[in-house]
Parts: sequence; structure tokens; C-alpha cells
Amino acid sequence: MHKIGWLRVPLVATYAFLYIPIAVLVVMSFNASKNPFTWTGFSTKWYSALFDNELIRQGFINTMIVAVGATIFATILGTLLAIGVARYFRSAVVEAYSLAPAIIPDLVLAIGLLAFFALVGVTLSLFSVLLAHVVFGMAFVSAVVIARIGQTDSSLEEASRDLGASATTTFFRITLPSLAPGIIAGALLVFTLSLDEFVVAYFTNGPATPTLPIVIYSMVRFGVTPEINALAALLLLVSFTIVISAQRITRLTDAV
Amino acid sequence: MSIPTPTSGRGATRRRALIGRTVFTAPGLIYITIFMAIPILLVLVYSFFQRGRFGGIVWEFTFDNYIRAFEPVYLQVFSNSLVIAGTTTLLALLIGYPTAYAIAKLPTRWRTVALVLVVLPFWTNFLIRTYAWIILLNSEGPINSSLVDSGIISAPIGFLYTPGAVIVGLVYAYLPLVILPVYASIERLDRQLIEAAGNLGASRARAFFDVTLPLTLPGVMIGAIFVFVPSLGNFVIPELLGGGKTVMVGNLIRDQFLEARDWPFGAVLALFVITLLVLLFALQAAISRRINGTGKRVNSRA
Repeated sequence: MHKIGWLRVPLVATYAFLYIPIAVLVVMSFNASKNPFTWTGFSTKWYSALFDNELIRQGFINTMIVAVGATIFATILGTLLAIGVARYFRSAVVEAYSLAPAIIPDLVLAIGLLAFFALVGVTLSLFSVLLAHVVFGMAFVSAVVIARIGQTDSSLEEASRDLGASATTTFFRITLPSLAPGIIAGALLVFTLSLDEFVVAYFTNGPATPTLPIVIYSMVRFGVTPEINALAALLLLVSFTIVISAQRITRLTDAV
Repeated sequence: MSIPTPTSGRGATRRRALIGRTVFTAPGLIYITIFMAIPILLVLVYSFFQRGRFGGIVWEFTFDNYIRAFEPVYLQVFSNSLVIAGTTTLLALLIGYPTAYAIAKLPTRWRTVALVLVVLPFWTNFLIRTYAWIILLNSEGPINSSLVDSGIISAPIGFLYTPGAVIVGLVYAYLPLVILPVYASIERLDRQLIEAAGNLGASRARAFFDVTLPLTLPGVMIGAIFVFVPSLGNFVIPELLGGGKTVMVGNLIRDQFLEARDWPFGAVLALFVITLLVLLFALQAAISRRINGTGKRVNSRA
């Protein structure tokens, strides 16, 4: 049943479509010329220019603060929610509600949160971005951990309880370790999501603390520069590494 | 194993279930309620009140915001957005379906790699992926220069800042979201049904259009929703690749909230997007229920 034949055509075409733009960006980031369209030779100077750019450096720090904070909170809340939904509160409605923040259009969530923060008097800052990123990050963690729970056997936990372990001991010694690959993969995904997230951050951030995607947005609006190419290449590398690790972690343990 | 007395056992189990529900689900569900459900309800509430002078609202009830949405200027934006998002969805399905189908036919060990390669770009920075197309479609960019150099065209074509550029950018951004659900539905397909169609004399094309395509329709619908709805709400791609000439609902919403400071009207526009999302999901659920229903009947007869 593995006759591919002419189906190779759409397959190759799709991967070319997906990866050529990315490849062009990466190649152009090593271009010595200041004109981003003509290749004049190999250079890494745009990468060093990047590290001297104060705006980008500050944006990077702001982004890291949000991404690390959002990852911690989203992972804890999302893991608990996944266990609750999969083990104690089996209801299609509750599960759909838990995953809704991942499906709702980002712009709708963004304006809702802007209106909400204004109403309750939360000053827009990195903290409000963090609160916002936790809500959809948590949904992604839940989805990954619920999938992991579906693959694990609950008989170990029952055995632990039968042998006299308390609920807390069972949770920390049996449940959490068996779900660890899913939890780590979920955390890695939230981290990349938060790192790259623009729309919600754009609406819920204060003017003094732009995150990296907001800095990129304002740079891109004013045109093409070799510096953005270098930044783009670095960010692509970070995202690729994280997502592939997340994928490997979940897969490695499936094989065992 | 200790054998608890029936009454205390049931009581303990029920108590444990209650504690489990509270400890595990309550924090997350409360968080989602505060930071998603209430904000979206707030958008609904705001749509019925008057705008404040510097953003925010004045608590005086009105239907004016809804009436305003029917002004020709805005109807034009709605229809424009629907055409662009619709074209994007159609193109994404035309590219995504054969790709998903091909992946499903790959040997098992290659399938995971193929799927990871599909989703990988989706997890990278969305602005950067859009920015890549500014370079590609630029009049000095690689597409134009290779076309000019090879003598196919004499002067560069102005690809950038056209509705076409917006559509290409949107297809590029959301293609992975089509391939995944379509792949899932093809993978789940009962291959015996297609073989049966073949055995009964149907050509491969007939088997595809009469059996495979209808049975994978729920996945196709999910993929279509995942492209169509975010395309409507996208304001970055129309701005960066459309040069501000292509105005979508997303651009209007952004402008009402951040520039015109007319939150109630922006809320009405956002409700337009939410309503479409809900209607499309309801349609998908109905189709999915019908197809799964017939699928089961076929299976039980086999």
C-alpha cells in the first residue's frame, strides 16, 4: 500500500514552498552587502551588529522574562488541568473549555484582554503580557499532557495506592515521573510560543517594555535590513532546536 | 489489598474524586475563566455601549455599533476579507490535501519525519516568516531577478503590495494547520472501504471521489476553519505584504482598538469573527456526525 508515484510531486512542491523562504533568509543573513538583495560575499558582521543593537538586546531580555515566567506558570497549571480532565473530570465540555484558549483567534483574545485589563485597572506591562501568555500556553501544555496520559497505564498508580502510599506520595513518585516527557515537551512548546508571540503581546504590553517580536515588527515596517535577516536566522535556529527536542523527548520514551 | 467496607469505600472514593477535581481542575479552569471567558464576554458587553472619548466606554446602551457595521465602507471590508480568506483556504486545501495524502502513503518510519517537517515552520516566528516573503517578492528580490536574468520577463513584476501577495503570505502562514487535520482523517480512514470500492469495479478516481473524499470531509473542514478564521483576523500580513492597500477585518479591529479608540465598534467587528468561528465549528460537527454515523453502519455490515 506504499505506492507513492505521482504523489511525490505535491510532496516535494510543499516542502520547497515551506523551506525555500526560510533558506533564503538564512543565506541572506551571511551577505556582506548592505543591500539585502545583492550577494557580494560571506560575512558574519550582521550577527555582531545584532549584539550591539540596544533595542534588540532589551527586547530580548523582556521576551525572556515573559517566556520563562509564562512557561513556569503555564506548565504547572496545564499539567494539573490535564490530570484533572483526564482522570477526575471526564467531560467533553470541560476538555473543550480547557483547550479553547489554543483555538480562539489571537486577535480576539488580545482585544478581550486589553479591555479586561483596562476595566480592572491592571497597568499594561511585561506582567500583563505574562498573564496573557499563560492562558494559551496552559492549553497547549494540557493538550500534550492529556495525550501522554492516554498512553500511560494507570495500574502503577493503583498499585502504589494499594501498597499503602499516600495520594501525595503516589502523585510525586509515580504520576509525575510517568508524565514527565509530556510535561517537558509541553513546557518547551510554551516557551517557543511565548518567545515568538506577537499579536497578544502587542495589545497587552506597555509602551516602555517592548518584547522582541514587537521590536521586529517595528523594524520590518520600516523596511528590509540585513540585521533582521541575522536575527531571523538566530530565532529560526532556536525554534527549530526546541521543537525538535520536544518531539524527540516524547518519541524516545514512546519507544521504551 | 485492604477491603474497605462498602459504605466507607464509596464515600472515600467520592471524596477522593471531589478532591481530585478541585485540586487539579479548579486552578486551570478558574484561570481560563478570568483571562479568556470574562474578557470575551466583556467584548460582547462593550459592543452594546457607547465609546469613550479616549478609548474605553461610556455605559449608555445602544445598538448604534451594530448599525454602523452595515455601512457600505465596512460591508466592503467584510466582503473583501471573505474573498481573500476564502481564496486562501481554497489554495491551502488544494496544496494541503495532496500533501497530506502523500504523507499518509509514506512508509511508517518516514511519516513522523514528514509531519515534523510540516509543523516545524509553524512553530517559528510568524513575523519572520512573513518578512521572508517581503524579500522573496520584492522587485529586487530573488524571484524577480531570476525571472529577469533568465529572460522570461524584461522588467521586474510588482508582486509585493497586492492582494495576491497577501494570499501567498496567508497560505504560507497557515498551510501546516490544514495538512495536520487532513492527514489525521486520511490516516484514520478504513482502507477496506477503498479496496471494496475497487473490488466492486470503481475506478481509482471514482473510489477517491465517492469514498475517500467524503469520509475525510470532517478533517478537511477542520483544516479549512483553521485557515479561514485566523486569515480573517490577521492584520500583520495585509499590512506588511499588502502595503496597507488590502484592508481585512483584522486591520479594522486593530485600528478601532489602538488608533481610532472606538472599542465598542471594534468589539462588534470581533464578534463578527467569533460568530463565524462558532458557526463553522457547528457545521463541522454536524457533517462529522453524519459521516461517522454512516461510517459505523458500513462497518457493522462488513
